Amino acid sequence: MAAYLLRRVALMVLTLFGISVVIFVLLRLVPGNVADIIFDAAGMINPAEKAGLERQLGLDRPIVVQYGAWMGGLLEGDLGHSYVSDRPALEEIAPRLPITAKLAGLALAFSILFGVPLGVVSAVRQNTAIDYVLRVLSLSGLSMPAFWLGLLILMAFVAWTGFIPIYSETPQSLWDEFLVYSVPAAAVGFRSSALVMRLTRSSMLEVLRQDYIRTARAKGASEPAVNYRHALSNAILPVITVIGIEAAFLIGGLIVTETVFNIPGVARFLVEAIRWRDYPIVQNLVMLIAVVVVVVNLIVDLLYAVLDPRIRYGE
Amino acid sequence: MTPVDYDAELTRAGANASGVWGGLLFLARRQPLGAVGAVIMALVVFAALFADLIARCDPLATSAALSLAPPSAAHWLGADFLGRDVWARIVYGARISLAVGLGSTALGSAIGVAIGLASGYLGGWVDLIVQRVVDILQALPLLVLALVMAASLGPSLRNTVIAIAIPLIPYVARVIRANTLALRELPFVEAAKAVGMSEWRIAVRHILPNTLAPLIVLATAQLGSAILTEASLSFLGLGIPEPHPSWGRMLSESAAEYVRTAPWLVIFPGIAISLAVFGTNLLGDALRDILDPRQRS
Repeated sequence: MAAYLLRRVALMVLTLFGISVVIFVLLRLVPGNVADIIFDAAGMINPAEKAGLERQLGLDRPIVVQYGAWMGGLLEGDLGHSYVSDRPALEEIAPRLPITAKLAGLALAFSILFGVPLGVVSAVRQNTAIDYVLRVLSLSGLSMPAFWLGLLILMAFVAWTGFIPIYSETPQSLWDEFLVYSVPAAAVGFRSSALVMRLTRSSMLEVLRQDYIRTARAKGASEPAVNYRHALSNAILPVITVIGIEAAFLIGGLIVTETVFNIPGVARFLVEAIRWRDYPIVQNLVMLIAVVVVVVNLIVDLLYAVLDPRIRYGE
Repeated sequence: MTPVDYDAELTRAGANASGVWGGLLFLARRQPLGAVGAVIMALVVFAALFADLIARCDPLATSAALSLAPPSAAHWLGADFLGRDVWARIVYGARISLAVGLGSTALGSAIGVAIGLASGYLGGWVDLIVQRVVDILQALPLLVLALVMAASLGPSLRNTVIAIAIPLIPYVARVIRANTLALRELPFVEAAKAVGMSEWRIAVRHILPNTLAPLIVLATAQLGSAILTEASLSFLGLGIPEPHPSWGRMLSESAAEYVRTAPWLVIFPGIAISLAVFGTNLLGDALRDILDPRQRS
């Protein structure tokens, strides 16, 4: 187990190093940097001034030196300065993190709360009307862009209550917070719950065909006991493994949903930083996302071994 | 015991289906949801091909008088802020959506197949390097990588296709590699080697055609995500630039303002995106059941 863990962590570090190189190079392949954008916006270009700005931001140095400076800073906990606000990138990112984390947590909870039970129902009632309705519903959930679902929810709120549930001021109480985040979380979570439902359904169907289910029925166990105690507890395992995929899936939804609901989290910040070519912010945020995805996947793999005693790593 | 009605059983298994239409009818009965998906996709393709005939007006023509006009007999789905006809823009938008979707899926699949085939068939250090690169690309969500790619390439139709194609590569490469690894051990490959065929010829002529079924299934699923990703990129202002009528662009950030004042600007482009993706998803599920029965759910 220890050897396995060591190998996984080493691979993880290698992957993250690769991502950092890819992102860094990608961002600097572009013709045009923040200096161009600022000077384009001002409508005049004074080459000397522009070169001065580039020197000040360190953009005139060779790309390898720039990369070295970023990595060196990262190891010391210095993420560089935002080009746009001139404040330390860490100070820009840190306050936005809990907002996105809460939203993501709520969305994940939403997707499991709805996805797992509906998937079970769909599998138990395979090929009945309710199964068809749920399958079409989940497939349409996967087909709708998350931002459009967000807009539709906004529209429904405006039509029925006359008020728009977008983020306007920092919520004060826990209840306020829940109200502000739950609507966008539902918009993000709906798509994910569709994914969870489909996986639960196919995993349940697989398990329900097993011999021990027939045995449980034969010895007279009640339907709910068979479906929940015997089938679901085994069918849920593969569903857990995809929470890693889910994390990546959620992040995509968060990016557009935070934009729709005007939520000042890190996901919307990434889009703004990309538009402004604010490299220090973009590269650190992309690294953050990569770390989250990679770490979640590692935890899920380890969790899998804990939950399923049949799985032993590294033997 | 009820006697088996052999004729009915044979019909059910498709033995009596004759000709192209008979075959299609049989498939539609076996896969009703897939048939619905195929019809939806046919409609989208039809709209894209004959946009000039269906649109009824120029999708780029602006008119101050029509600004934010609600749906009417002359303008079925209303008009946007610049007075452009929403119906015409949605019909022409099918072209953009399909072009980007098909273009990026084809590009991503082509590169992914080449990499996956090389990685699986050659093995050794090629495989090792390819696997690490695939790990790297897969650690980033599709939309994040596409966003960074799109920003770094700049907004244009061609660049959007590339920005979406690159993140699709690792998924294709993985599937093709796994299939190649399994196929490589089969007797027909050994036979091909025995008669003195070159490695290259074995890989391309014998292994590649056998990976086509999973590739088609995967590509259909990716067509849906490519269309969705294009919509998201354009929605965020980093995809297809104006004045191209892209569905995602039509819903761009200002759309939240129109939720109150002009709901037709929000509803119809979203329906177009969802319908197109829904069609590919239904079609993809049906294709998976037909071509890859082991995955059948």
